[in-house]
Amino acid sequence: MTNVVKLKKGLDINLKGKPQEKCLEPLQSDTYVMIPDNFHGVIPKVIVKAGDKVLAGTPLMFDKNHPEVKFVSPFSGEVVSVDRGERRKVLGIVIKKDVQNGCVDFGKKNVSSMSAEEVKALMLESGVWPFIKQRPYDVIADPAVAPRDIFVTGFDSAPLAPSIDYVAKGEEANIQTALDALCKLTQGKVYVGLRQDSSLKLKNVECVTIEGPHPAGNAGIQAHNIKPVNKGQTIWTLSIFDLIIIGRLFNNGSVDFSRIVAVTGSEIQTPCYVKAYPGAKLSDLIGSNIVKSDYKQRFISGNVLTGESVGNDGRINFYHNQITVIPDGSDEHEFVGWALPGLAKYSTTRTYLTWLFGGNKQYTIDARLRGGKRALIVSGQFEEVFPMDIYPEFLYKATLAFEIDKMENLGIYEVAPEDFALCEFVDVSKTELQKVMRQGLDALLKEMN
Amino acid sequence: MKALRNYLDKIKPDFEHGGKYEKLWSFFDGFETFLFVPNSTSGRKGVQIHDSVDSKRVMSIVVLALIPALLVGMYNVGYQHFLAIGESADFFSTFFYGFLAVLPKIIVSYAVGLGIEFAIAQVKHHEIQEGFLVSGMLIPMIVPVDTPLWMIAVATAFAVIFAKEIFGGTGMNIFNVALITRAFLFFAYPSKMSGDSVFIRTESMFGFGGGQPVEGFSGATPLSYAAAGKDLVGITGEPISWWDSFLGLIPGSIGETSTLAILIGALILLATGVASWRIMLSVFAGGAIMAQIVYMAGGSTLDMGYQITLGGFAFAAVFMATDPVTGCRTNIGKYIYGFLIGVIAIIIRVFNLGYPEGAMLAVLLMNIFAPLIDFYVVDANIKRRLKRANA
Repeated sequence: MTNVVKLKKGLDINLKGKPQEKCLEPLQSDTYVMIPDNFHGVIPKVIVKAGDKVLAGTPLMFDKNHPEVKFVSPFSGEVVSVDRGERRKVLGIVIKKDVQNGCVDFGKKNVSSMSAEEVKALMLESGVWPFIKQRPYDVIADPAVAPRDIFVTGFDSAPLAPSIDYVAKGEEANIQTALDALCKLTQGKVYVGLRQDSSLKLKNVECVTIEGPHPAGNAGIQAHNIKPVNKGQTIWTLSIFDLIIIGRLFNNGSVDFSRIVAVTGSEIQTPCYVKAYPGAKLSDLIGSNIVKSDYKQRFISGNVLTGESVGNDGRINFYHNQITVIPDGSDEHEFVGWALPGLAKYSTTRTYLTWLFGGNKQYTIDARLRGGKRALIVSGQFEEVFPMDIYPEFLYKATLAFEIDKMENLGIYEVAPEDFALCEFVDVSKTELQKVMRQGLDALLKEMN
Repeated sequence: MKALRNYLDKIKPDFEHGGKYEKLWSFFDGFETFLFVPNSTSGRKGVQIHDSVDSKRVMSIVVLALIPALLVGMYNVGYQHFLAIGESADFFSTFFYGFLAVLPKIIVSYAVGLGIEFAIAQVKHHEIQEGFLVSGMLIPMIVPVDTPLWMIAVATAFAVIFAKEIFGGTGMNIFNVALITRAFLFFAYPSKMSGDSVFIRTESMFGFGGGQPVEGFSGATPLSYAAAGKDLVGITGEPISWWDSFLGLIPGSIGETSTLAILIGALILLATGVASWRIMLSVFAGGAIMAQIVYMAGGSTLDMGYQITLGGFAFAAVFMATDPVTGCRTNIGKYIYGFLIGVIAIIIRVFNLGYPEGAMLAVLLMNIFAPLIDFYVVDANIKRRLKRANA
């Protein structure tokens, strides 16, 4: 039988706006934008200019530190402009999609007859390599380092996340092909963490059943509880949603970056799925499917814990399968809110009386901090939502002080900022844990290389 | 509310940088966030929603939990007063006398402490931190009723500045601020913090009450009788039963006498999840076990029932030891930390005749050791992880 990992710690925030299982055709965006900032740690070198015609799979830029890692155009069209900001930082490569759907032909492949080097070369060339992240540091995997194991997260447990069973419908062959390709890339095993009720039947890989609340779907949490990363080791992590795109490359011989994106949140009229390309405008994906309001709304690419507030005309992140719209709350002034009984306020503590009446209620939570920033006061909070054998508060403090020995000892190589998202949510002192952890990991990467 | 909001928005620019009341910015900000939940929103990246709880809410729950002990304490001050002067008084007058006797202490403690907090927040240009909301309520509750107001003022100022602000403010302090206040009073003005003459007030408050003590009156606390090896008696010589000590109608510091009221507070803290049940439970366990050992070995005439209900033990277990900032921060550490507080409190009580009460010193002592305990708990985790890597 398959292995089972039972996680007790964590938290499922019951938000309003879960996606229903139906897929709408979104508006087509005029232009799409490839945003280098989506690829953390990459120093972009742009190799196209305005007016260039590109096909799906034509490289747009590469990483200066790893020139072999290419970032390609997701469809055929014309480069409209390369937008730059201060100090010529590349903000985005704007592409206008055409209707010819031309694509670079990489040739249909039979994975089983390919060598590891061929698989790697094809993935690097075709622009699907950036889907592979590595621990330590949670950045795009270094192709020169062989991973001990590869961990694929087989579901997304974040609030309002898309259901893999729905998204993967009809794509099972592509997922299997991608897994076969990954098997070539490691001497170790390829682990896939799945929910017990998952309908996916996967071969040639080690399937592990993960039980428990969010963050059970995080790669770091799964790896830690299956086979943890130690100092000096490297593992690769991927999301099963991205395997669909990788599998298409091998099966079709061309890249197809279109995804099924969940449009979620309490401000969406009918939360559902839409088919979208990376870099599409959020307002086009939402269309008229939004609650009319006289208050401010917040448009998030990704989920409410790790996403980015990009605005109505912002672009969906290259990695995201979800957009979320919630009330912003900045125009709300709540009178002596801290002193009221608080019958409808969401809190994991029982300091508001909601817990007496809550039950299975779905909550609408706006983006307010709901308090001032303080030094850490309450203890034991983070541990409750952090299912690893790591002391999150001590690791955070070591990272804040950038004491490398302590960070290593306390487990910095196993974590990604996303693993601290729930800690950040529950924190009484409203600390920006993910930001501090990201900076710490970046500084450590620089220090160690 | 809209009018108030509009008014605040109108005067806000005056308090901001360059405004005419710039020097009162921290005061305005403290007042504004007190009235309205801040509407600042999450950053562009990172968590987009937050739990509704904040430090104001946590602190106000603790203050709420202190109220039962405070009210019973006020009643007891009046009760002991009228008992001492040999007058009978109805419930209302009894409470009213206690209210008048305690209120000035609360006002002085808050005025001095918050005054310093506001000033420092202004100098450092940060928000008012609400840690003192709790300390300011604790301080009047852990002093005898006859401690002069100026002493409370001096001790509070000392504690807020030297136990808290020089370490960086709320969340950074090593010692429990309220207990430093009490320790300062205890060592600087011992005659006003212990002995026979400070726990019962016989003078009038603002012209209310007052009189001559009855014959045979003694203001000693039960613990000082116990330390001297005598039977427990009340101020007029009648014996004290366990129920008296549990309900709190005995001489003692203002808020510490009623174990029942303290337990109601404990219930509030535990139900809301604000205080650590691990610490609270293990303080009581440590105290009870040590008390029973000492009792059975003949070291004390008090069994564990009395040791826990008398003096400041229960108050320290519920409100002092559970301070998250000065206690252990790991869950395993919390058990050790609490247990040792209980044990040491009883040891000081029983074996050091100079100090009839040991709870305060036990908590302060363990405040020092809390980081050490955490260090070893975390170190065990590190060793376990290294072992895993080498396996």
